Amino acid sequence: MTRLQIPLTKNKIATLKAGQQVLLSGSIFTARDQAHKRLVRFLRKNKKLPLELKNKIIYYCGPTATPKGKVIGSCGPTTSSRMDVFVEVIMKEGLLGMIGKGRRAKHVRDIIKKYRGVYFIAPGGCGALLATRVVMKKIVCFKDLGPEAICELEIKDFPLIVGIDTHGKDIYAQP
Amino acid sequence: MHRLMLTKEIERLVRDANFSLRKDVLRLLKRAYIEENNKRAKNALGLILDNARIAKKEKLAICQDTGLPIVFIEIGRGIKISSRVIATIKKSIESGYKKNYLRASGVEPLNRGRPSYKGIISHIEFSDRIKGLRITVLPKGFGSENKSQLKMFNPTAGLEEIEGFILDSVKKAGPDACPPFVVGVGIGGTSDVALLLAKKALLEKLDGPNPDRFLNRWQSKLLKKINSLKIGPMGLGGKVTCLAVKMKKIPTHIAGLPVGVNISCHALRSASLHIQDAKF
Repeated sequence: MTRLQIPLTKNKIATLKAGQQVLLSGSIFTARDQAHKRLVRFLRKNKKLPLELKNKIIYYCGPTATPKGKVIGSCGPTTSSRMDVFVEVIMKEGLLGMIGKGRRAKHVRDIIKKYRGVYFIAPGGCGALLATRVVMKKIVCFKDLGPEAICELEIKDFPLIVGIDTHGKDIYAQP
Repeated sequence: MHRLMLTKEIERLVRDANFSLRKDVLRLLKRAYIEENNKRAKNALGLILDNARIAKKEKLAICQDTGLPIVFIEIGRGIKISSRVIATIKKSIESGYKKNYLRASGVEPLNRGRPSYKGIISHIEFSDRIKGLRITVLPKGFGSENKSQLKMFNPTAGLEEIEGFILDSVKKAGPDACPPFVVGVGIGGTSDVALLLAKKALLEKLDGPNPDRFLNRWQSKLLKKINSLKIGPMGLGGKVTCLAVKMKKIPTHIAGLPVGVNISCHALRSASLHIQDAKF
């Protein structure tokens, strides 16, 4: 098991291989469907984004409400393929990687290779376990979206598998 | 039963369904963990079992997708019920979600907007097979709900065609819908009813027999075929792609043969309450 600490660099993630298990720690952003739609709309209108994406990691996640006395509620990954249409625009902004669950479209592989990024898969349906690996949660923007708001999470030892590596190798690709 | 009491009971159902994995699901997951020898798959099943333990202990939702809450209300013999009781049930599900910090995932379909606790799906039916009132809450996550399939077969279609369709539905769900799955299949009725039967099939005891002997045999056969797809836990390969196949059938029209497939992720959650001597 490889331990990875954010901030990550393109050189550091270039050593990762599809299928490799990692424990990721550091600061990440949550963003799912509606947040992506808004970010892309900002970019199309040449407006400044409410957050800096360069060298950051986005986690496709919409947590439950935060129970009293806890850092976060259940917070597992959502299906990544719904965000496939947004990947190129977001990666162009310097995004380094994504965390989600499931397969990606073939074009996502090519985009990841082009921008030398990475796609991690998190264990789906394990939101309670993942909640115990989050040490801080803070809303960054789009608060009106409720669970779909963009949040900053400080994660500690998130159990992930490299889904698509920098070379475009995909763990789910049919041989 | 007083209406305040009913509210408390429904809120408990919401909590049970979302925090404690169903016993039959847990049994099958544990069995899968023992039988699995693919290292990555075993590891994934281990995380799923850890997650169930943590959820129960820490009172956290098993999955952040606490679903669109679906409620089945069965009104049996010897009970009179008013629309106010139905309204109380729905309101109590809403308050149960809110009080337990479950996710508000309901939105207006086109404008979207801020998600709320509205949008509960209720199925109300009268049944002479039960006495009293039975209420079942099924928080259905949309990762798997998005993979639902319906096919209107010709009435002359063979069983192998139906099998092909079911296997294809599972393949399409693939790693995205959080395998290992529970596959619900509804056969007959009309298009809407076939899909509803498929969903109701998920509420059956997974490791119990199907009362229909033909479907019982077919379920086991299909389970083997689905598992030979080797999608495996998290879609990373392995023996266990599916924990159980549950089928239901009802009569249909001479011109058709509707088949609905409703897939559940491994976090199949539901909780039921049976009130025998209900007076409201």
